[in-house]
Amino acid sequence: MTGSPMPGPVAAAGGAAGQGGGPPPPRLGRWRQAMELLREFYVAPYRGAIARAKREEDDVFMLFVYAELMGVPNPATYYTLELQPILMEQFHDWHLRMGMEHSPLDHFKCC
Amino acid sequence: MSAILLAALGLGAFALGYVFYSKFIAEKIYRLDPDFVTPAHAMEDGVDYVPTNKFVLWGHHFTSVAGAAPIIGPAIAVIWGWLPAFLWVVFGTIFFAGVHDAGAIWASIRNKARSVGALTEDVVGPRARSLFMIVIFLLLLMVNAVFGVAIARLLISYPSSVLPSWSAIAVALVIGYLIYRRGVGLLWPSVIGVVVLYLTIYLGDFVPVSLTEGAFGLAANAQWIILLFVYAAFASLLPVWLLLQPRDYINGLQLFVGLGIFYVAVVILNPDIVAPAINGNVPEGTPSIVPLLFVTIACGAVSGFHGLVSSGTTSKQLDKETDVRFVGYFGAVGEGALALVAILATTAGFATLADWEGVYNKFGGGSLTAFVNGGATIVSGGVGLPIEFATTLLTVMAILFAGTTMDTGVRLQRYIIQEWGNIYRLPFLTNNYVATFIAVAACLALAFGAGGPSGAGGLIIWPLFGTTNQLLAGLTLLVVSVMLVKLARPVWFTLLPLTFLLVMTILALLFQLWEFYTQANWLLLALDVVILIAAILVALEAVSAFVRERNKAAAQAAGAAE
Repeated sequence: MTGSPMPGPVAAAGGAAGQGGGPPPPRLGRWRQAMELLREFYVAPYRGAIARAKREEDDVFMLFVYAELMGVPNPATYYTLELQPILMEQFHDWHLRMGMEHSPLDHFKCC
Repeated sequence: MSAILLAALGLGAFALGYVFYSKFIAEKIYRLDPDFVTPAHAMEDGVDYVPTNKFVLWGHHFTSVAGAAPIIGPAIAVIWGWLPAFLWVVFGTIFFAGVHDAGAIWASIRNKARSVGALTEDVVGPRARSLFMIVIFLLLLMVNAVFGVAIARLLISYPSSVLPSWSAIAVALVIGYLIYRRGVGLLWPSVIGVVVLYLTIYLGDFVPVSLTEGAFGLAANAQWIILLFVYAAFASLLPVWLLLQPRDYINGLQLFVGLGIFYVAVVILNPDIVAPAINGNVPEGTPSIVPLLFVTIACGAVSGFHGLVSSGTTSKQLDKETDVRFVGYFGAVGEGALALVAILATTAGFATLADWEGVYNKFGGGSLTAFVNGGATIVSGGVGLPIEFATTLLTVMAILFAGTTMDTGVRLQRYIIQEWGNIYRLPFLTNNYVATFIAVAACLALAFGAGGPSGAGGLIIWPLFGTTNQLLAGLTLLVVSVMLVKLARPVWFTLLPLTFLLVMTILALLFQLWEFYTQANWLLLALDVVILIAAILVALEAVSAFVRERNKAAAQAAGAAE
């Protein structure tokens, strides 16, 4: 699977997050406002479940990207290598989530 | 008795309850504070904790709590006559369900939006928490089994509903795909989806589908039940965005459309209620109205399942504490209005008393079939839809509500089994497929174990399901009451419903215990015993928690005096 966010759900969740409670700005017409509420009605109950599902996919993707560094052969290393610096920021959270108290990599200690 | 009058009395009472009683509860008992920082703000993360517009929140709170259960319960319970069912729905909603649902949200937001299960441990004790898990698992087991049986019965009674009911799954999949994978806006997929759904309902009459009786050595009913659980197993393993979310959304829209059409039809047609107010001539084998009425109608009067929704998702999204009143109490009122629809359809939708008695010829004989027949008569007479279309429409609505509950129910059962796998270090249980298989196998075992080889008698579980549901409501009310004691606030408004529910639950369990024993139904007897033990433990936990809190309060008072 991919690590890229699914189009729509999380973006929509994030977008709606800031304005959920307060009234929408007046420039929004009634129609737009109604559509916003409808979208909220669709998105809100499952926001958490979908974000968790996405995170699970992302976690597997992290494993692919860092597999070679942990001694697991990965035929796609040529492609995943350039993603390592980009995903480095999430590395610490990832290894904690995976139940490893400290970084599993010998040459890279994040904590 | 005119149906308009009954509808007006019911809705009027709900309105009074909302305007006066919920105001009293909100201001004097829960003392909702507009300045309290709710968890949605305090812990806002854009994922679980998101402040949400109260109308939207009410919309999905209401649509997640209202489904097939508030229809089935009243549709069975009118066998005792319309008056007892009506009174229990109206007073149950006003004095029990509204207080319970709002209380669950309030308790949760005052405790960092933790679930009622987690609160039970904090407020009452760890034993109560284990009880809670077991009660929830049994509740899910029974709701899945009983809904499988109910849907199978509808699919056989109304072959025209087969095509639209299964097409609805395809419609949901397409909507989910378009919205999430293609980034299409919500409007067109919903409009087209609903149009296609109604088109298949129309086409259903021309393409009725019936399974061959005796194929694979199974009755048609048994084949449907198995097919439904195979579906539920697959559905519960699919990502939520692909099937469950769009299905829930379509159901939500259907619920509003259905409620609207029905009440308009009642006003236009003004049918007479043919069923007796109190049925003095109940068919043989009908159990005693007390205590069975109070467990036959759980959803629609008071239901513990609401506490799970209230404290699971709703409390994390509440914008202001004062919204508790609208979202929680008015959500319960919405469900009461749906239960009222079920009562009206099953008592005023028949031409004569003899017709009605023909359908209600045994306990559990009416149920969803009576709702569909009666409701379709009223809808077609009121708003002029062809009777075949109206029948299929109501059947499909009931099937979709129950079907989505099965998807969710099997999924939740899987989570519980996986959690047990983690707690008891049985790694194979944590596997998605193994856990789902166990969940579905348990449901099938219950459906066929209780309903015979064809599964047709599975609705016998219904009162037991209602009992478990009330027990869960009791646990939630216990948590809320203990919190109120700790805050030194009046506790009667939650304690009296709690006591009533516990007494009725235990009475109903004892009553059914005897019944299952005389029927030699050992499976349900065993289940009844387990639930009875749970109920007694809840009662003991309640007493012990109150004594403990009262002693603490007395000790504090004594300390202050010194």
